[in-house]
Amino acid sequence: MSAFNRLFGKLQLLVRREGFRRDLEEELAFHREQKQEELRGRGVPPEAVRSAAAREVGNPTLQVERSHEVVAFRWETFLRDVRFAFRQLRRAPGFAVAAILMLALGMAASLAFFSFVDAALVRPLPYTQPNQLMDVSESGTLFRRSNISYFDFVDWRRMNHVFSSLEAYAGTGFLLKTPHGSEPVAAAKVSAGFFRVLGIKPYLGRDFSANEDQPNAAKTVMLTYGAWQQRFGGRTNMVGEQVALDGELYTVIGVLPATFEFAPRSSAELWVPLTGTSGCEKRRSCHNLYAVGRLKDGVTVPTALAEMKSIAADLERQYPASNRGQGALVRPLAELIVGDIRPILLMLLAGAGLLLLIACVNVASLLLVRCESRRREIAVRGALGASSARLARQFITEGAVLVLASTVIGVFVAGFAIRLVLKLVPKAILTGMPFLHNVGIHGHTFWFAIAIAVFAGTLFSITPILRLPLKHLRDGLIEGSQGAGSTLWRRLGSNLVVLELAIAVVLLSGAGLLGRSLYRLLHVDLAFQPDHLALMYMALPPVSYAKSEQQVAALRNVMAQLATVPGVQSVSAADLPAMNGNGNTTWMRFVGKPYDGKHQEANQRSISVDYFRTLQTRLLKGRLFTEDDDASKPQVAIINSALARKYFPNEDPIGKQVGDTNLTPSSLKQIVGVVDDIHEAALGDETWPAIYYPFKQSPGTFTGLVIRTSQDEDSVLPALAAAIRKVDPDIGVTGETTMTRVINDSQSAYIHRASAWLVGSFAALALVLGVFGLYGVIAYSVSRRTREIGVRMALGAQRGAVYGLILREAGRLAVFGIVVGLVGSVAAAALIRSLLFNTTAWDPATLLSVALVLGIFSMLAAYLPARRAATIEPARALHAD
Amino acid sequence: MIYTLTIMASKPDLLPGTLDLLILKTLTRAPLHGYGIALAIKRSSDDFLTVEEGSLYPALQRLLLQGWVKAEWKMTETKRRARFYTLTPAGRKQLGVELSRFEQMIAAITRVIENA
Repeated sequence: MSAFNRLFGKLQLLVRREGFRRDLEEELAFHREQKQEELRGRGVPPEAVRSAAAREVGNPTLQVERSHEVVAFRWETFLRDVRFAFRQLRRAPGFAVAAILMLALGMAASLAFFSFVDAALVRPLPYTQPNQLMDVSESGTLFRRSNISYFDFVDWRRMNHVFSSLEAYAGTGFLLKTPHGSEPVAAAKVSAGFFRVLGIKPYLGRDFSANEDQPNAAKTVMLTYGAWQQRFGGRTNMVGEQVALDGELYTVIGVLPATFEFAPRSSAELWVPLTGTSGCEKRRSCHNLYAVGRLKDGVTVPTALAEMKSIAADLERQYPASNRGQGALVRPLAELIVGDIRPILLMLLAGAGLLLLIACVNVASLLLVRCESRRREIAVRGALGASSARLARQFITEGAVLVLASTVIGVFVAGFAIRLVLKLVPKAILTGMPFLHNVGIHGHTFWFAIAIAVFAGTLFSITPILRLPLKHLRDGLIEGSQGAGSTLWRRLGSNLVVLELAIAVVLLSGAGLLGRSLYRLLHVDLAFQPDHLALMYMALPPVSYAKSEQQVAALRNVMAQLATVPGVQSVSAADLPAMNGNGNTTWMRFVGKPYDGKHQEANQRSISVDYFRTLQTRLLKGRLFTEDDDASKPQVAIINSALARKYFPNEDPIGKQVGDTNLTPSSLKQIVGVVDDIHEAALGDETWPAIYYPFKQSPGTFTGLVIRTSQDEDSVLPALAAAIRKVDPDIGVTGETTMTRVINDSQSAYIHRASAWLVGSFAALALVLGVFGLYGVIAYSVSRRTREIGVRMALGAQRGAVYGLILREAGRLAVFGIVVGLVGSVAAAALIRSLLFNTTAWDPATLLSVALVLGIFSMLAAYLPARRAATIEPARALHAD
Repeated sequence: MIYTLTIMASKPDLLPGTLDLLILKTLTRAPLHGYGIALAIKRSSDDFLTVEEGSLYPALQRLLLQGWVKAEWKMTETKRRARFYTLTPAGRKQLGVELSRFEQMIAAITRVIENA
């Protein structure tokens, strides 16, 4: 008999399943009749024949069932279990909906954040063998990761033995000539092998050849796919054409693939070779590059770091003036790109995971309650012949159905949530995180969903099975069984509630700390008035504005034009306006002060006369710049109070001279004023010493304009941009925004706000679920103890005492949960310490308020069942059941 | 009836395959319905063996599925409709296999008992 025939037989029976059942039933009926006849023949009294036959033949349903199992496919039984499970859930719709929604919510949150973690941390960078790629930079005292100078880069490349290739990159920008005037375009310059070290093949054309980054090479440019599509209409004959950048012609040699991304320079649309010809690149002391290196096979990160450090030390000995204190830093490229966001994403994933855990615990305790009310059903089914394994399988199926429904909803909601989050994140931040483009429910996330489902399914099948020791089935039938057995549930249920409350405390205090930290961040003293400030940058074409006088004149004209725009109160300029970030620093030396050769670093800014007045920053000492501080006068400088405190602790800095590290006469400037510490850096970054020069003595082609308006600053932006172009249509205008937006959308503020909100909503949900869980346990306990309470009251217990009884029970659980949670909170806070701004992990006020909030909610949750208990009529309670 | 050996399908460790063997053997004489099979086994074992209905019908389904027996509805002598099982040629062959396996087992058990 082949397996095929057997399968065929089963299939045949499958199509005529009804007939099979009818045949079997008729056969059994016949059997029973024969039996009855036999018994009658043996002289059994007629009235007893029927039951005796029935006893001997046994349970007909069970026999049909057993025979059926012989011929049935395994999945048929499974399907019947599933149908039964659905019926069970339909019979308790409240339970089913609550359980499925809770679980789906927890799953959706976990899945959504897992997909972000996956995109940012698990999936490697989209390059060839990304683990070999290193971020290589110099390292100074103020900046752990600082730019490399071009000469250092050339030496590093020549002297190292750890990288199979080392390539440099730097951000830059061009004015692209278009039919409608000049448009500023973000760009990057890279050494010739840059795309090869990443393993990026051009979509069209070729990438830079080895000699194209030499100083006298013909000018070439590569386009990103996006720039090619949007700026050049995606023309396939683009390769070989010339484009005018900053007034010079560049030949397009290739187009990068659409999938290309390089997070450190994600906004760059044009990529040109790094030729080492800019002013900065001709000085060893001017740092403007970063590098990407590919480790040789078998070389580890520490080895590479040690080698680069020793090379840096060699260079320091050789060039003490420019290289003192300039070490080296080598770390995985992935760390540079996702290092900042990793702890936040992990924290959010942990928060979502805790929420999921609470949801699971809650569903598990709901299942326990249901089990309790199904004890008798189970006992009856057991008595009717269902084996333990059969009953267990039924529970597993019910758990599976529950989890399956939740998973489907959860995956769906997670997909929606991911799209929503991506939509809510400001574009500026998304651009900096190109790896988020492929966030979604696929790959690892899909498996993660399955893992969660299996975990939850196991939990939900095991809980009732543990709860119902199936061998004691009979107990359920024998007694009314109300009081019995519920101790176990009470203990298990209570423990689960304590866990839930503890998790809620952890999430609440996390949210509290993040909220506090956000508040402190947004209330940092900026030392200027951020509202009603419009911001934009103007880019002068470097060819037609090559001379300092031209640049000064251009700014004067632009500012005069801007002042005529309605709603403008005052106009000022700075090469890098406030809040842009620390950087663009200088190394200083003071005349008449001892100098040990160590770097004295400060932010340097070139500003127009009215800059501080426009920002409304206080002058603490001396004077502001005047229109007279021009190129014909002695050079002057204003310092911030941080610089004064650091280098002139007990003296008056006014009148002192500051210069470069060699005190070159042409670099000497006289300090004429001290201003308040304007927040140059992003919120949350520290304030560094800063030194300001008058624009007229230190002009440039790329200048930020800071304009105070009397009306809504956003509404004036278009008029302002138009005014600049009116001066010269070839001047590029870019980065139109407002100071408020810069502050609110800054990465630190945004991430703080987003994580505070997200953890806050997790915490709110956790609070609701935890309190709901507590309510469930107490209400259940009251319903179980009705008779006990009735007895107590009959014996003279006052209503107040009953209240006390129930509230004490709830209070014990709540206090236990809160205490465990507070301990967990302190531990969790230590983990998120790096994310907190000016907030200690051990913040008594936060912890105390969390404990208070949870305590109040717990008492509210316990009050309803307590009232029910107190209004029990003793007489009815005693008659109950 | 002092000793009753109950053959249950759910306890295969008790003489495995014996029920199939007994059913097949019983059917070599004539086609029988389920009740008849149970009765015949009981009688020929001098009331020593009782086949439980809970085991008999699943076993019959299994044999049907294997193609070792055929079933058809016929009238009994008392003019009642009953399902009669007939041994098929494949069933006869299978009976041989089961018999020799059974004999081997009995022989093995006997050796163990005698030598122990």
